[in-house]
Amino acid sequence: MTSDLSKLTINAWRRENGRVGVRNHVLILPVDDISNAACEAVANNVKGTMAIPHAYGRLQFGEDLDLHFRTIIGIGANPNVAAVVVIGIEPDWTKKIVDGIAATGKPVEGFSIEQKGDFETIRQAGWKAKEYVHWATELQKEECGLSELWVSTKCGESDTTTGLSSCPTVGNMYDKLLPHGLYGCFGETSEITGAEHICEKRAATPEAAAKFKKIWTAYQDDVIFAHQTDDLSDSQPTKGNILGGLTTIEEKALGNLEKIGRTSQYIDAMGPAETPSKGPGLYFMDSSSAAAECVTLMAAGGYVIHTFPTGQGNVVGNPIVPVIKISGNPRTLRTMSEHIDVDVTGVLTRKMTIDQAGDTLIDMIRRTANGRNTAAEALGHREFSMTKLYRSA
Amino acid sequence: MSEIPQLLVHDHDDNVGVVVVEGLKAGTDMLVCVTHDNSTFRLTSNMDVPIGHKVALKDLKAGDTAMKYGEDIGKIIADIKKGDHVHTHNCKTKRW
Repeated sequence: MTSDLSKLTINAWRRENGRVGVRNHVLILPVDDISNAACEAVANNVKGTMAIPHAYGRLQFGEDLDLHFRTIIGIGANPNVAAVVVIGIEPDWTKKIVDGIAATGKPVEGFSIEQKGDFETIRQAGWKAKEYVHWATELQKEECGLSELWVSTKCGESDTTTGLSSCPTVGNMYDKLLPHGLYGCFGETSEITGAEHICEKRAATPEAAAKFKKIWTAYQDDVIFAHQTDDLSDSQPTKGNILGGLTTIEEKALGNLEKIGRTSQYIDAMGPAETPSKGPGLYFMDSSSAAAECVTLMAAGGYVIHTFPTGQGNVVGNPIVPVIKISGNPRTLRTMSEHIDVDVTGVLTRKMTIDQAGDTLIDMIRRTANGRNTAAEALGHREFSMTKLYRSA
Repeated sequence: MSEIPQLLVHDHDDNVGVVVVEGLKAGTDMLVCVTHDNSTFRLTSNMDVPIGHKVALKDLKAGDTAMKYGEDIGKIIADIKKGDHVHTHNCKTKRW
């Protein structure tokens, strides 16, 4: 398989800006929490659309507000989205979101509720949503290169089996596909703790290493040391991690870093929900280690498929990005196999090599890109969690 | 490998390995595989150890460093016999 990787193709949607999407959503996107109800009403009236309700968007300021805009715009701009109806309480911030998404060239229109009320907003937005559904459902897939995809990763409910099997499986996939032009992304700033010295060495340039170190140090100083009560022992490793056999944060971090393989190096360290700007390759993204927040930030950064190693069995999904679950823990496969897309238990029994496991994952990425629904999609997991940096005004 | 290993070790420098089968009982003569080069040896488990949990590959003393992935993963805080369960009761991060 390895020798033909550059020639592997998928059937997917090429968007107006040239990016490749693997899903074809028409989104009804709220600017703020109080516009959720109108968005959900539109999505209920017009089948084939999806509302993404969320908890924030009012009275935020500074960096936290920037992150809010970047996340909402990034979700609308993601190539897995064909068209977007934006609804906000007032016109100014609604327009800001619409303009951000419109830069991709995709159809987007905004509606605001003040001076109109929910009923009239829902009526107007409903007509536009219906028009977008007719338009999007006639878009044809075309042949695209597998390596044109942007594939992110984050692991969850980790245990000692993730470091032995599912994380190195993702790493093997990156080692094979990144040289052909794939965009990759890893993050989980707090879960690098204990292996930050190793992560720093995996940067492609001194600039990227310095940016990573700055992000990691700021997290330690501004978040951990500013807010800790005793230490992180109750949160990192989590209770689930400890049940799974992980003892220390160092052990967890070393397993986590297996996701970036043996040869891959990251070319830049980005802020949360930022879009890569240095061309194809692997990126570090400053991000929470909580599954839904992290996958949401990477989706907002433009990634279209997420690879998710799990040990004890994390069930997370995302509204717009298919999340591929990989596990090597035989107990998890025995007790909750409905959540797992790629079974790598053979790595633990030594019946499967990491090289074979990596090929199996590449094949599942290809099938997912071609349309196979993931376990999380089939089970309706659409967790969408905004990262909040500090209290609103 | 025809026989399935009960314990996997990442690196030859490691002093702990990971149980990869369910229901491991005390007294089991375990096949241990070092994933780095697939070399094997045998070790007897002193205790029932759950899947995913660690077993000491040699006697360890309080103050020693626990090694896994060929790296420091924390300090040993109680004496441990070869074949014993290694977890939060006898191993802790050095960070806090």
